[in-house]
Amino acid sequence: MIRLLLWILGGTLLGGIVHLATVLILPTLATQDAYSRLAPIAPVNAVAPLPAPTAEAAAIPFLDPAFAMAVCRYDLTDGPIKLTVPVSPAYTSVSFYTRSEVAYYAINDRAAGRRVIELDLMTSEQRGDLPGDEEVTAADRLIVESPTLTGLILIKALAPEAGQLPAARRALASARCQLQPQP
Amino acid sequence: MRLLFGTLIALTIAAGIGLGATWFAITQGTAYGGVTIGAWTAWPRVGTPGIDPYARAMVARSGELPVGSGDGVAFYARNDDDSRPLDGRCDTALEGITPQARYFTITLYDLEGKLVANAVARQGFTSQEVIRRADGTFEIAIGPRARPGNWLPTGGIERYMLVLRLYDTPIGLATRSGREAPMPMITQKACP
Repeated sequence: MIRLLLWILGGTLLGGIVHLATVLILPTLATQDAYSRLAPIAPVNAVAPLPAPTAEAAAIPFLDPAFAMAVCRYDLTDGPIKLTVPVSPAYTSVSFYTRSEVAYYAINDRAAGRRVIELDLMTSEQRGDLPGDEEVTAADRLIVESPTLTGLILIKALAPEAGQLPAARRALASARCQLQPQP
Repeated sequence: MRLLFGTLIALTIAAGIGLGATWFAITQGTAYGGVTIGAWTAWPRVGTPGIDPYARAMVARSGELPVGSGDGVAFYARNDDDSRPLDGRCDTALEGITPQARYFTITLYDLEGKLVANAVARQGFTSQEVIRRADGTFEIAIGPRARPGNWLPTGGIERYMLVLRLYDTPIGLATRSGREAPMPMITQKACP
């Protein structure tokens, strides 16, 4: 009897380990996460508009229908990328996600403080490789460090009223996300 | 023989408890650091690199992209103020004021995060669309039948949830109570 109880206790402890291990490993195994769902419609290092979510179809769940959205699926293997987003009249924001959907940085039009949100996205190594004199001029350059080589950038422009959605979508159409030309 | 039997029991229990607990944790929403104000709960940490492993697993499973903390914060409500689950067949009033933010949106989803089909193609309100009273408060009538004023149709679905998203807002990681963040009340009235 004692022996059986010991086996049960051991099983319970092992169950705890199984639980923690599966929770930790699940994000890397998920096949229906946002990145995988967006990969077919989002080319690498280019801005792709997201279709407006409807009851019948949405690229990913819990999208805010009041926004025009575009996504850039980035890959920094070949160098840093430059992101340029013109600010729409109401509210514009840019959010950065790692390959496993960790939101590591987000900025809105007011924080950017200009008519155009302009920033460079690179890994820590690529930032370390920047020539010294470029660091001096970097004062007015917004540099974002990506913790992973690949990930997602979600660009959103609010349409405060439904009729302004086409205008918000047009503003996003001129957003750019491309590899920086190597000197 | 006894060893084999014992090992089998232990492994079965381990698999059952381990996988069961994981399933429960990611489907029932057990992320840490939730801020609950009235019927609404937000997880501001989910929009930061400090997101906890449970929230990461939930995000990976649902396929959503959480609102980044530099962008805004999302409050979720699955129940009314009396902790009854929101029923799309009832007449429900969403009433009051919202915390300080440059813009907010209120959106109705089913429990999987899909928008709900309805005849007038309205899935939510933005802060500019909402018609307010003279004192700045507003009331949104949520229900299956058309109402004058702010009407948010439920399409008659059984269970739904409301998401209030605040954009460019001081509400976030440091927010603790309803005094800093007054949330609208949710009251369900006539249920068939």
